[in-house]
Amino acid sequence: MTNNAAGVQQPESFEFSSENLEWAKQQLKKYPEGREASCTIPFLWRVQEQHDGWLPEAAIRYVGDMLDVPYIRVMEVATFYTMFALKPVGKYFVQLCGTTPCMLRGSEELKKVCADVIGVQNTVTSDGVFSWLEVECLGACCNAPMVQVNQDYYEDLTPDNFRQLLADLKAGKEVKVGSQTGREGSCPAGGVTSLTDKGLYDGKGGQG
Amino acid sequence: MLADKDRIFTNLYGLHDWGLEGALKRGAWDGTKGLLEKGRDWIIDEMKASGLRGRGGAGFPTGLKWSFMPKESDGRPHYLVINADESEPGTCKDREIMRHDPHLLIEGAMLASFAMGAKAAYLYIRGEFIFERKQLQKAVDQAYDAGLIGKNNKNGYDFDFYIHHGAGAYICGEETALLESLEGKKGMPRLKPPFPANMGLYGAPTTVNNVESIAVAPDILRRGAGWFAGLGKPNNTGTKLFSISGHVERPCNVEEEMGIPFRELIEKHCGGVTGGWDNLLCVIPGGSSVPLIPAPNCQDLPMDFDSLVAQGSGLGTAAVIVMDKSTDIIRAIARLSYFYKHESCGQCTPCREGTGWMWRVLTRMVDGRAEKREIDMLLDVTKQVEGHTICALGDAAAWPVQGLIRHYRHVIEERIDEFSSRSDTDGAVTSKDVETV
Amino acid sequence: MPKLNIDGTEIDVEDGITLIQACEEAGVEIPRFCYHERLSVAGNCRMCLVEVVGAPKLVASCAMGVSDLRPGPEGQPPEIKTLSPKVKKAREGTMEFLLINHPLDCPICDQGGECDLQDQAVAFGGKLSRFDENKRAVEDRNIGPLIKTIMTRCISCTRCVRFMTEIAGFDELGQTGRGEGAEITTYLDTAILSEMSGNVIDLCPVGALTSRPFAFTARSWEMKKTETIDVMDANGANIRIESRGNEVLRIMPREHDAVNEEWISDKSRFVWDGLRSQRLDRPYIRDEGVLREASWKEAFSTIATKVNSVSPVRIAAIAGDLCGVEEMFALKELLTALGTPNMDCRQDGSLLDPALGRESYVFNSTIEAIDDTDLLLIVGSNPRLEAPVINARIYQNWLNGDMPIYLVGQDADLLYDYESLGDGPEQLVEILNGKSPLSKALEKAKRPMILLGQAAFARDDGKDILALAGRVAQEKGFVRTGDNWNGFNILHTAAARVGGFDIGFVPGEGGVRTNSILNAAEKGEMEVVFLLGADEINVNKLSTTFVVYQGSHGEIGAQMADVILPGAAYTEKSATYVNTEGRVQMTSKATFPPGEAREDWKIIRELSEYLGKPLSFNTIEQLHQSLYKTAPHLASLNSIDVEQGGEMFKNFTMKELQLRSEPFGISIVDFYLSNPIARASAIMAEMSALKQERDRGAA
Repeated sequence: MTNNAAGVQQPESFEFSSENLEWAKQQLKKYPEGREASCTIPFLWRVQEQHDGWLPEAAIRYVGDMLDVPYIRVMEVATFYTMFALKPVGKYFVQLCGTTPCMLRGSEELKKVCADVIGVQNTVTSDGVFSWLEVECLGACCNAPMVQVNQDYYEDLTPDNFRQLLADLKAGKEVKVGSQTGREGSCPAGGVTSLTDKGLYDGKGGQG
Repeated sequence: MLADKDRIFTNLYGLHDWGLEGALKRGAWDGTKGLLEKGRDWIIDEMKASGLRGRGGAGFPTGLKWSFMPKESDGRPHYLVINADESEPGTCKDREIMRHDPHLLIEGAMLASFAMGAKAAYLYIRGEFIFERKQLQKAVDQAYDAGLIGKNNKNGYDFDFYIHHGAGAYICGEETALLESLEGKKGMPRLKPPFPANMGLYGAPTTVNNVESIAVAPDILRRGAGWFAGLGKPNNTGTKLFSISGHVERPCNVEEEMGIPFRELIEKHCGGVTGGWDNLLCVIPGGSSVPLIPAPNCQDLPMDFDSLVAQGSGLGTAAVIVMDKSTDIIRAIARLSYFYKHESCGQCTPCREGTGWMWRVLTRMVDGRAEKREIDMLLDVTKQVEGHTICALGDAAAWPVQGLIRHYRHVIEERIDEFSSRSDTDGAVTSKDVETV
Repeated sequence: MPKLNIDGTEIDVEDGITLIQACEEAGVEIPRFCYHERLSVAGNCRMCLVEVVGAPKLVASCAMGVSDLRPGPEGQPPEIKTLSPKVKKAREGTMEFLLINHPLDCPICDQGGECDLQDQAVAFGGKLSRFDENKRAVEDRNIGPLIKTIMTRCISCTRCVRFMTEIAGFDELGQTGRGEGAEITTYLDTAILSEMSGNVIDLCPVGALTSRPFAFTARSWEMKKTETIDVMDANGANIRIESRGNEVLRIMPREHDAVNEEWISDKSRFVWDGLRSQRLDRPYIRDEGVLREASWKEAFSTIATKVNSVSPVRIAAIAGDLCGVEEMFALKELLTALGTPNMDCRQDGSLLDPALGRESYVFNSTIEAIDDTDLLLIVGSNPRLEAPVINARIYQNWLNGDMPIYLVGQDADLLYDYESLGDGPEQLVEILNGKSPLSKALEKAKRPMILLGQAAFARDDGKDILALAGRVAQEKGFVRTGDNWNGFNILHTAAARVGGFDIGFVPGEGGVRTNSILNAAEKGEMEVVFLLGADEINVNKLSTTFVVYQGSHGEIGAQMADVILPGAAYTEKSATYVNTEGRVQMTSKATFPPGEAREDWKIIRELSEYLGKPLSFNTIEQLHQSLYKTAPHLASLNSIDVEQGGEMFKNFTMKELQLRSEPFGISIVDFYLSNPIARASAIMAEMSALKQERDRGAA
């Protein structure tokens, strides 16, 4: 996969922040005794959140030790799921949905914007600000095309507003999450075609 | 068109308060205790009578599925697991439920768990839905705080709701892969039997339901099975969330009546096909895994399980991907092929090897760099994958390609002719030779 | 018993088996790659698909239980088709998928000739390749000196991963990535240091995992195959020696469900290069302090001159851990004829005593019974190093079921979890008094087992510990004569030991044991010591003694020798070995001893002539006649003949026990270097060094 960690400068060790450690203890309570391994994915994800968006090798051992799961099993998980990055990503990690519904609405044009503004896929820009990756369907098809930057979805993109979005992110400006054309959720552009009955919302049980 | 009063997801677009207060106003958590008091059998019978078929793609009757759970516990706990891995290309409906109408889901989870003797429900949400996960967690916290769920709650049935997330794997939408993932492993589908109802999560009896299936349950039970069954058509009852994407003027999610004609659906809610109805090339009516239906067959196309099967396709997740005549159909399907190659877990030989093969051949066909005999070979490869794998991903990878060849063989042939007629590119390696990702 | 109709033939099958097993019983061959009867079912290769009439899809026969099938509408038995066009097409399809990305490197692949992929491609595949894309290449992994990887050949069946996890108890092999990018690897490419790893080579159905030491050595069909017995430990694993000319090229396991299933340890498998180096290939005599080559005649005469000059009570013999029964028997006969009672086969100083009966020194429950045990108490043993295959059996039962394990002795990584009760004999007293942490669990156990290692007996209070353990066993339910359960189990480390006990190769009337022999020798009171393959003793005590060393390897024992008689290794003779459970087995001669070396009993027979005490047997048949008169049970190969009357326990009284508080020691420190053959092996030396490096890193 694209996740080859060879040649990556790895930290010697990893530890959860005290806050995350507390969080981890709470998480363990969600699962029956003896089923702590269930926390593998959530813990790895939390590591990634704490560690600039990527998973150092030391953290794989850390999570394995914490959950009493063999390292190789944690490694299997870390390499199976595409959201885990085994090497550094940009400060803004742009994941561009390229699957057919987005493709039909112009994701290929957005790829060109990425290549133009950021450069080669899966490579961090020299200033560390960006890296990008074409990913598979992110489940926001009614607002295609779209990208995920770190934790947030940016939808209804055009090459122009996407270029602007990247510029604003780089400049540290505040950006609007979600639709870039002002749509509410996945409501039809220009206004609703259903759910206009005010009785639904008067608290009197308008649903017949 | 479905009347607003018959719509279940009244905050589909997030135009109103998603939280508990708003949800209560819209009718959620209304008389839940009373519904529980009617007993497990009543709930399951009511669900059966409603005719609700699973909203996750397969369309298996929900009430019947619930009835497969053991009536008595043999000492093992029972679990409800809610599949919120929503990853089927074209599908983005469960996301709206979780971020805009989460209380319907939580209430439904409680009713369903009670009906199956489960004291806990785990909801498995895809890792990318970070906002939705946090939003849903807030709603769960509200429900706990309000004493609606948890120990000694107002509804009189101890019940816990836990949210668990994945980290990027389409295959975890397959119910047994989901259970593996929830147990902290790679999302590799399990062999069946044993089925989850006997050996599911942590080896205990488990039912896995789609978000929408669970979220409609409270309204079905409140308004009665007859109300739901009265909507749609026999064996295809009720309302359904449709995700319409691709080449329509205004893509959107919308709740409509089962069986609504395709044309009515997109013209009422989406402003029709871009460039007008005559510009329609084809539609994938149920998420990427079902075969496409070409325009001539779309004129009077009822959007329900049975009608679409009759058309050689399926309702799937009701993710309607519309393609107009500007679409390079080979390219559109090749991109889906790439998706399946990317998402194959790698367990079964035919899927692990076949998805990559299909994608590579199709990629050449996009350019026309192929021979016509390879079309039949490709079709044969899809048949070698179909039906030969543990889970349905193999089938899902095969069907779109089969649909392409069935309806657009002439387009592939023309592309090949065109390519071979250009002497300058004869045998040349193009950029497509290099795998892009 | 369910009925099935397989390809038109109705058969009755056992409840609970799978379709693939049912087909096998019906004599119908089902191709498979991932399925292996001793591993969990993965169902991933899709090669074993069959048609179940009425089912919408073909089903994987390895994963479908016969009990899960429903009879037809008129009650007719479920119908299975394994030869239908649908099945044929599916097999051809799977075969084609397996081959499209498999390299065409069969001519240089060591799996050639024993490759499932090759064989099944011929039997079930199509004819031509239709794959016109580039083949996938996968980077090879370095997983240690034993297993060579050519990962492009891997078909992702995951047998290796399942073996390491489910049998070897070594969770370090996995499949990373997914889809066509999935790869088998260890964590960060670290070497596998499991004592059982070589078995994945046999399990790998293709040439992805092959034997590194054997690489490019020979084709499977050009080697002579000799079925024989392993002597690296007291398990008595059944093996097959594969040789060409007079060289052993590799060692493979044979199936024996009750002994080693189909596994062998890495030492058993890879020790073969040790059979070639440091060999004693001709007699030697020490002349003015220096060993020089000699003829057999000279060697025998030298011994005779010395022996005839000393009193028999000042002569002694110690037999080592790899000796066959025949040579020990011959030597015992000779010593008896000479009138010396000083002999011992317990070079580790163990105080087990055959006079107490067989029940007191064997693994009474049998090895197979580990599968049914519901509580295990280990005393003074590290089964992982002393008998890895037996330990794997313990691991499997622990993994699959509810078998709590307790340990009295040195803590070690045994691969399974156990509760440590302490490290000395006083813990056994606690158990006897019902005051041990395991006492509660013991009350519930129906088939508990006490496994006693040699570290419990190789100490001055060894006899008392045996008595105490015997009492514990009898009083605490480890031995239940009524239920036909005897969980009093001795785990030996030496292949020779039980056989030695069976013929009484221990001090006779007035004789002394190993430690006393050595001490007496040091003081000059023992003038001649005969070492029959005895290398694990403190030879420094023999510096002034006349030492005869007979054995296969020029090592510790031979260094001190005045006369060296070159013998045969276990692969070079037909000799009887009795494993730790008392099972009698016999090796077969795969190759000839090197140079002038001879089979060991013959050497002793000839020596007896020179000593003027000719033994009564001239042929192996005559030796066996004589041997079986002494120990009749040795005539019954592969059988275990132990009186299970609980008799021996009656001999123990608690009154005079004198226990020492010191902790139990360790029998085997370095698994890879535990005997002269292993110590001559470069492969074992490399593994030993790697292990030490890893241990240092971990510390």
